[in-house]
Amino acid sequence: MLVTKENKVPDAKADAKVVSRGDGSTLSWSVNDGVFELALHREPCNELGLASLVELEKFAEALYGMQAEAHALIIYSQMKPGFCAGADLRELYQRSQAMEKTEAAAGVRDFLERIHRVLNMIDASPLTTIAALHGVTFGGGFELALACDLMIADKMARFCFPELRLGLIPGFGGIPRLKRDLGNAVVRDLLLTGRSFNATKAQQIGLVSQVVGEGEALRAARATAMQLGKFDRATAAAAKKFIKPIPEEELRREIDLFCELFERPAVQAGLRKFVESTDALPYLP
Amino acid sequence: MTTAEQTLDEILTLAAAHFKMPREKLHPDDDFFKTLGINSLQTLDLLTKLENHFRVELPDYELQGISDFRTLAGKIQARL
Repeated sequence: MLVTKENKVPDAKADAKVVSRGDGSTLSWSVNDGVFELALHREPCNELGLASLVELEKFAEALYGMQAEAHALIIYSQMKPGFCAGADLRELYQRSQAMEKTEAAAGVRDFLERIHRVLNMIDASPLTTIAALHGVTFGGGFELALACDLMIADKMARFCFPELRLGLIPGFGGIPRLKRDLGNAVVRDLLLTGRSFNATKAQQIGLVSQVVGEGEALRAARATAMQLGKFDRATAAAAKKFIKPIPEEELRREIDLFCELFERPAVQAGLRKFVESTDALPYLP
Repeated sequence: MTTAEQTLDEILTLAAAHFKMPREKLHPDDDFFKTLGINSLQTLDLLTKLENHFRVELPDYELQGISDFRTLAGKIQARL
């Protein structure tokens, strides 16, 4: 990933002048006027595989290194179908087929540990973080959005945890973060039925803070980020730390449970079925 | 109260507008995957469009196996 930094002005208002950016094959980021913007742009719908993970790790390092110079982070997608369709299941299947069972299991655990580190850094960042959502926000994509402080969704956004269909649970921190934000009955409905739901429903259950017109999520997120810039950064960071604890113990248990489930033959069968599917609705339960 | 025929007509009109097809090319018993030429992600778009328009929730597992506009209209009508 190419990372450049220009026009850094080292004074108290430095954030208003900083322009930094990083460009990768799956994502790009920039900082302007104290606002980080992370744009996802991997075909077809930002499926999260190893290449995305490596670039997310580099982004997380940049975020950590520059967090004193910014007050907000917006994560959005440049891909038309949506924000993110989740983990790259084709890559997961192909890699697990090419390895011995124990090696594949170790690879899955390593991937999960690494993506958890990235999402925990976003979750715990002192910046106020906003997911600007449209279209498909499924599985790991939903989990990325859940790591953010605010979700702003256009009315065509759609959410889903389809993992049970594969014999798995969400593995990128989805359940602990959903439990942190919602009542357990709603979590059970979303997880155990695996049904998808729209932005209006997401707002009704308390996940999404604003529903906006089609194609307007990023604009609304930028307007929100501008408003956040009016507040004292340290106060906002302290408030966030108080309100939004990281559910560390449950996140660890989620990794363990995912890895335990992953080793069952039913999961490989489910992945193969997904990869080979010609079903018109392969994403759905 | 919206009748089943009105619901069906609104679905056809919405689908035609969303996927930029002439309305007269869509018929109640068409296989909408084939007629509209849509993939899984576009099908989700249509589902969201219909939910927003009719202000209903359509659990996707209730739609498994449905591929024609008329049956889809029946599912929506049952939730109005």
